[in-house]
Amino acid sequence: MNLHMPVPDIEERTLAIVNALKGLEGPLLPILHEIQAEFDFVPEDCLPVIARELNLSRAEVHGVVTFYHDYRRHPAGRHVLKLCRAEACQSMGGDALAEKVKALLGIDFHETTGDGAVTLEPVYCLGLCSTAPSAMLDGEVHGRLDDDAIAELVSEARR
Amino acid sequence: MTVTIFVPRDAAALACGADKVAAAIEKEITARGLDAHVVRNGSRGMLWLEPLVEVSTDNGRIAYGPVRPSDVAALFDAGLLEGGAHALCHGPTESIPFFSSQTRLTFARCGITDPLSLDDYRQYRGLKGLEKAIAMAPAGIVKAVTDSGLRGRGGAGFPTGIKWKTVLDAAGPQKYIVCNADEGDSGTFADRMIMEGDPFVLIEGMAIAGIATGATKGYVYIRSEYPHAIEVMDEAIRIARQNKVLGPSVLGSPYTFDMEVRSGAGAYVCGEETSLLNSLEGKRGIVRAKPPLPALQGFLGRPTVVNNVMSLASVPIILDQGAEYYRDFGMGRSRGTIPIQIAGNVKHGGLYEVAFGLTLGEIVEKIGGGTASGRPVRAVQVGGPLGAYFPVSLFDTPFDYEAFAARDGLIGHAGITVFDDSVDMLKQARFAMEFCAIESCGKCTPCRIGSTRGVETADKIARGIEPEKNKVLLADLCNTMKFGSLCALGGFTPYPVMSAMTHFPEDFAPAPVVEAAE
Repeated sequence: MNLHMPVPDIEERTLAIVNALKGLEGPLLPILHEIQAEFDFVPEDCLPVIARELNLSRAEVHGVVTFYHDYRRHPAGRHVLKLCRAEACQSMGGDALAEKVKALLGIDFHETTGDGAVTLEPVYCLGLCSTAPSAMLDGEVHGRLDDDAIAELVSEARR
Repeated sequence: MTVTIFVPRDAAALACGADKVAAAIEKEITARGLDAHVVRNGSRGMLWLEPLVEVSTDNGRIAYGPVRPSDVAALFDAGLLEGGAHALCHGPTESIPFFSSQTRLTFARCGITDPLSLDDYRQYRGLKGLEKAIAMAPAGIVKAVTDSGLRGRGGAGFPTGIKWKTVLDAAGPQKYIVCNADEGDSGTFADRMIMEGDPFVLIEGMAIAGIATGATKGYVYIRSEYPHAIEVMDEAIRIARQNKVLGPSVLGSPYTFDMEVRSGAGAYVCGEETSLLNSLEGKRGIVRAKPPLPALQGFLGRPTVVNNVMSLASVPIILDQGAEYYRDFGMGRSRGTIPIQIAGNVKHGGLYEVAFGLTLGEIVEKIGGGTASGRPVRAVQVGGPLGAYFPVSLFDTPFDYEAFAARDGLIGHAGITVFDDSVDMLKQARFAMEFCAIESCGKCTPCRIGSTRGVETADKIARGIEPEKNKVLLADLCNTMKFGSLCALGGFTPYPVMSAMTHFPEDFAPAPVVEAAE
C-alpha cells in the first residue's frame, strides 16, 4: 500500500498534478480529486506542495481537505462499500440493512476490515430513491437490496 | 430493417442490472443472427419497471419490465423484436397510465433519445430554443423567461427571469453561469435523470442563459455521488464543442459560450448556492452572508447566475414554444410543470412531470399506487431532508409553492418520500437533527450547535427523560435554528422536526419508565 511511499516520490507526483491543473479557475478541488485518484487518499506530504504552488497557507489547504467527506486521510481498503443512509432508503428498511452489513463485515461505518478488503462508508443519497435501499461498491451502483442481494454484494467485496 | 432495442443507461436502471440485461440481449442477437441493435437511452422515469427494455415496432415502442438477464432468452422466444406478448410486456410505453397522464416539457426527450446523439437531440426539437435566442436581444430572452413565470426549481422558487435581469444589468468584464447540480436531497433524482438522459438540454439552457446575461463561461457543479451523470455531461460537452454548439461562436453566431463540469466532494451544504460558489473557488464550502447577492458578486466576486439543473433545462422549451405556452400550465404563482420524484416506500416510484396543482394524495395514492410494502401510508416527506413530514390528513394539499408554505411545508426540489406505518417519527426527527449536525458547514451557531443539542434532546425524549420539558426545549431550539441560521440547512431542519412533533405527537409520548430494581 502507499503508506510507505518515499516523500520525494509523493512530492514529484503531486507537483505534476498541480502543474497540470493550476490554470483552472478554482483549481484546488480538481487537484485534490486527482491526488486521491493517484494515491487512493490525500497524503499529508502533498499539502505543502499544493500550498506552495497555489500560494495558499498550509492551514487553508488542510481546512479544505478536512471539510469535505470525500477526501480520505488514510488509504481505504481494496474495496469501498458506500451504503445509503438517507430517508428514502430508511423508508425501505435501510437501517436494518446497515446493521446486517455491519454484522457481515464485523466493522462499523468509517472502518476497514482487518484483512484490508473492505471499507464501509455511509453516503447520504445516491439519487436512487425509487429503487431503495441502495449502495455503491467501487463506483458501481446497486438498488433494491434485499438480504440476499446485500449478502452477495458483501461477499463480492470481500474477495 | 434493423430493429432498435432500448436499454436505459440511467443509474437507477444500472442499479437494477441494466448492463447485464443489455449484454444478454446483445448475446441473443448474435446467437440468433438477428437484425437488431441496442441503444442505451435515458430512463422513461417508470423506475419500478427498471430495467425497462423497449423495442421499436410499427406500433410504436413496446415496453418490457422489469427485465432480469435470465428473462432475456424467453423474451426473444416470445417475439421481442415484433413486440410479442409476454408476462413482462406492458404494451406501448406511452400508453402506460403513469406515463400517458404526464405533461412532459422539461423531460420531453428523456428516455426517448440516445443521450449522446446530437442528431437525436435535433430530431426532437433540440437547439430550437437556442437558435431563437440567438436571433433575439439579450433583454428579450430575459423577458421571455420572466414572462414564462419560471421559478427556481432548486427549492427556493425565486423567479429565474429576475435573477437573470440582475446579472444582465450588472457591469463586469467576465460573468458566469453556474449550474447547481449538487442534488443532495434524499428522494430527489430529477437532475441526475436529465443529465444522464438528455444532457444537451442542460447545455442548451446554459448557453441561452449565457447569451441572455452576457456570460461566456459556465460551470456545472455535480455532486461526486453521481459518477454516471458526470461522465455523460463531460462527454456531451465534448460533443457540443465539437459541433460548435459551444465555443467561440455558438451555432455560428457572434456569441461565445463554453462550459465545464466540476465535481463536488461529498458536502451536502454545497447545494446552498453561496457555499457552492466557495467550493467552486476551491475553498471550504462555507455559506456566505447575503448581500452581496451572487448575481452581483458570485464566482470569484463576479456577476454570476446560479440556477438549478431543472430551471436551466426548462429554458430551451420556453424559448422554443414561447413564454405563454409554458405559463399556461400550473396554478396560482406556480407556473409551468414540475418534475415530481416519487420515492421511498411506494409501489410505482419514478419521475412524474406534471403541471402544478395535483394534490399530495393524488400523487401518492393514485399515481404512486400507495406503499411498496402494502401497508398503510403514514407519513410523506416532501422536499428532501429539510422538508416537512405530511400526514394523510393533509393529503388534500395541492402541489404548489404557496399552498405548501401555508401548511408549514415546502416543495423544495419536488422529491416525495413515502413511509408506511412502521415509521417511528421521533426517530425521523432525530435523524433530521443528526443529518444537520453531520453536514453543517459550521459557520453559524444555531445550525452547528443547535443540531447537536437537537439530537441529544430527541434522545432524552426517546428515553422518557422529562419528555414534556424536552419537547418544549426541542421546539424552542427549532425556533432559534429557523430564525437564526444563515442558510436553509439550519433554517429548514426545523421543518421535518416540527412537522413530526405536530402531526405525529403519539410518537413523542413518554416511554414507560422502567423502574430500577431495588
